[in-house]
Amino acid sequence: MTVLNPGTTRSTGEAPVLPRPPIPVEEIGEATIRLAGDSGDGMQLAGTQFTHTSALLGNDISTLPDFPAEIRAPAGTLAGVSGFQIHFSSSDIHTPGDQLNTLVAMNPAALKTNLKDLEPGGILIVNSDAFSSADLHKAGYPSNPLEDGSLKGYRVFAVPITKLNREAVAELKLSPREADRCKNFFALGLVYWLYERSLEPTLRWIQTKFSKNPSIMEANTRALKAGYNYGETTEAMPVHYRVSKAKIPPGRYRKITGNEALALGLTAASKQAGLPLVYASYPITPASDILHQLAELKRYGVRTLQAEDEIAAIGAAIGAAFAGALGVTGTSGPGICLKSEAIGLAVMTELPVVIIDVQRGGPSTGLPTKTEQADLLQAMFGRNGECPVCVLAPCSPADCFHMAFEAVRLAIGFMTPVILLSDGYLANGAEPWLIPDPARLPKIPVQFAQPHAGSNGAAVFHPYARDARLVRPWAVPGTPGLEHRIGGLEKEDITGNVSYDPANHEHMVRTRAQKIANIAKDIPELTVTGPSEGDVLVLGWGGTYGSIITACQRAQRKGWKVAQAHLRYLNPMPRNTGEVLKRYRKVLIPELNGGQLRLLIRATYLVDAVGLNKIQGKPFLVSEIEAKIEELLRC
Amino acid sequence: MSTTMALPTLTPKDLASDQEVRWCPGCGDYSILAQMKKALAGLGIPREKFVFISGIGCSSRFPYYMNTYGFHTIHGRAPTIATGLKLVRPDLSVWVITGDGDGLSIGGNHLIHAIRRNMDLKIILFNNEIYGLTKGQYSPTSRIGTRTKSSPLGSIDTPLRPLSLALGADATFVARTLDVDVNHLTETLKRAAAHKGTAFVEVYQNCKIFNDGVFEYATDKSVKADNVLYLQHGRPLVFGKDRNKGIRLHGLNPEVVELGNGIALDDLLVHDEKADEPSLAYLLSRMVYPHFPECIGVFRCVERPTYEDVLNKQMDDEIARRGAGKLEDLFASDETWVVE
Repeated sequence: MTVLNPGTTRSTGEAPVLPRPPIPVEEIGEATIRLAGDSGDGMQLAGTQFTHTSALLGNDISTLPDFPAEIRAPAGTLAGVSGFQIHFSSSDIHTPGDQLNTLVAMNPAALKTNLKDLEPGGILIVNSDAFSSADLHKAGYPSNPLEDGSLKGYRVFAVPITKLNREAVAELKLSPREADRCKNFFALGLVYWLYERSLEPTLRWIQTKFSKNPSIMEANTRALKAGYNYGETTEAMPVHYRVSKAKIPPGRYRKITGNEALALGLTAASKQAGLPLVYASYPITPASDILHQLAELKRYGVRTLQAEDEIAAIGAAIGAAFAGALGVTGTSGPGICLKSEAIGLAVMTELPVVIIDVQRGGPSTGLPTKTEQADLLQAMFGRNGECPVCVLAPCSPADCFHMAFEAVRLAIGFMTPVILLSDGYLANGAEPWLIPDPARLPKIPVQFAQPHAGSNGAAVFHPYARDARLVRPWAVPGTPGLEHRIGGLEKEDITGNVSYDPANHEHMVRTRAQKIANIAKDIPELTVTGPSEGDVLVLGWGGTYGSIITACQRAQRKGWKVAQAHLRYLNPMPRNTGEVLKRYRKVLIPELNGGQLRLLIRATYLVDAVGLNKIQGKPFLVSEIEAKIEELLRC
Repeated sequence: MSTTMALPTLTPKDLASDQEVRWCPGCGDYSILAQMKKALAGLGIPREKFVFISGIGCSSRFPYYMNTYGFHTIHGRAPTIATGLKLVRPDLSVWVITGDGDGLSIGGNHLIHAIRRNMDLKIILFNNEIYGLTKGQYSPTSRIGTRTKSSPLGSIDTPLRPLSLALGADATFVARTLDVDVNHLTETLKRAAAHKGTAFVEVYQNCKIFNDGVFEYATDKSVKADNVLYLQHGRPLVFGKDRNKGIRLHGLNPEVVELGNGIALDDLLVHDEKADEPSLAYLLSRMVYPHFPECIGVFRCVERPTYEDVLNKQMDDEIARRGAGKLEDLFASDETWVVE
């Protein structure tokens, strides 16, 4: 394995391409940039490359890709703008950043939709070639903002990116269209110079990616270097910046998105359980990448099924679980609606199935590419009958690995469906991941039922007999002597035969509920960061962790008695949850929904929690939570 | 000690569960249950290797009455659960029990996709042209004009032909049989069991309560010979009490002809269940009483790799090519860096 040391080139002070007297470098602790352009401009690719390079350089990173649901909205329009935001730092960070220090706008539409997020005095790099009157008209600009003085509060660098990029690749005799497709790399090269990044990781990527197309490989290489050299040689920018390596726990790292981490977590759990993984899924944004990742892992014992619909996907997962394998399905909110009846079947038959919901804006088709946390109550209650399942939620992209593993552990351990609530922000966002040592991952114990003879010598098997935790046996077809029938009709206690007996039904409903409640004994307690009692506890769940912890840290630095706790286990909640809540004068629950956890907390613990609710398809800004904390402290 | 394993010898009784059978008296399902036990008992497959998976409806209670593994799932979804099971356990003999409502209405999508994938499933569709468990509404196979509680003036939607649908989804094994023709039913189930891939069997099944006698034309001994045609591979399509009628092709359409008067056996269509193209089988599946005799027997039986075999081969090939996956390689499958 190649151990990269991206810092080496930098520490000698050499520029990687063209040695010359350096433009002064200013050391800064962190920066937030956004690359924005048309959805066909390759901004997601450029952003991913910047993230990758920064991670390899040793920065802590957090990203926020933001793209339209349309694959190619009309070029140059506001609807078609695609952006990629990266926060990179020399210290521990948890969010993609509230405000941009640098914005790259490849056209007027990108400028118009993103400028409000740029800090006053921030760096604004625009592709001045894309500001023709037609371009301005499409974006709804009555006059050219590059000329009308409206950008005077920013440090504007109008760069003729299209023209310079075409010149850089001119010798290669590409079509104008092919040449222009490299301009994202020109822009990326310029930003690499601005933040003193090495070109090497991206050059390596270009070589691998375009190995079968040498002229495109060469064009992208030249575009990237030309962008870098433009910054280096033109002195258009008087300064550039250095963000040093972050001091984060030692070990081997890689960059990981939430969806990647889910795929890896499931695969690791399947290995540690010694069970083949069956992942059945129907393509849906923003969950499809999990299917793509797992489809490549056949040699890890992973079987994937692209099912005919959402119901078939969970049906196959349940069938796999019945067969004694690890059955998993993944989807987003609309898919959960379709799977609801089958989840009920898995509850009734008490089979271990993991259901991943990568939440997006709803209801209905909603905002397919935007994040939201509005499926919590659906996960809790969205089925007919008394139908409790275990519900978990990861708190960061890297945490998706851990919580996927936990979902498998609890599903198998308690013979229950587990719903794992990720979201669009976690799914596509990236951060460094401290790679675990596979040898130190815990084993997931699996106990299949074994036949045993009854008093008359004949084999007896009771599929609904239970252990002390109320868990029923897992009896796999093909095992002699365990032949039995299960199904969606109410079961008679112990025998599992169909029963319509009233007392039995109540007993079974209560038993299934108690079994889920018993999971609380097998999960960690809720931990608090900050004072163990005080004025405000900020309680969150899921993907809002980064914004909440950052806001709370800032509040604590101001000397405020503010603590933070995060629920990754939502059903059941950690056993000390009620006790923790009562130690604070006020409980604030920020959520990207109308107040779903707040409803649960108020109903369960009779705590008069206050909500901070944002339903815009976007994550919280740290400042939004900070302001709410301050407001609560004042009243 | 013997070094060879004796084939398990099961009797139909060994395959009966201890549950009381609760279909209505006179229901065609009793016969199918009895013939199923008879057919399976002779296969030499141990009991624990059979799995019965059903959806919802009268027919879907079937698994409770078999002393095998069984899963009574939800409405229309049995093929999906059977698919998941088969992906990991290709060694099991998996039977999907469904009905005209379960399989063709709410579960139509899953049925066609299981068939097109050629999962190694035996799908037995009990067609009684009515919803029984919900007390007598018309079903997707009910003939136009069927009067029920939900169609008091007669149903107006065109019925689905289950076998035409299966053939349209490229089914590799398609057959039709009758609940009361016990020998043919048993033999058809055995043929389905022997087929590697999706075996789709439509069973004309009488609902004594809500649709009694709907298949009388095909089952009443006094008329059936003129109304059904028993298919035999490689034989001309002959039927009738006096075996004097046959099916001839007129252009692209079948026609009923009487033998004699210049029409000989050689002029008749010859059944070929092994034909690569399903066109002939499709044509037969469209023959409907009273204009035609309805065909009974195996319409199509061809070979095609099963989905699960191809999937498992892909896995084996990947492992042979790149080695069994190790977690440390997977974790480091993107570029990594070390923080000291």
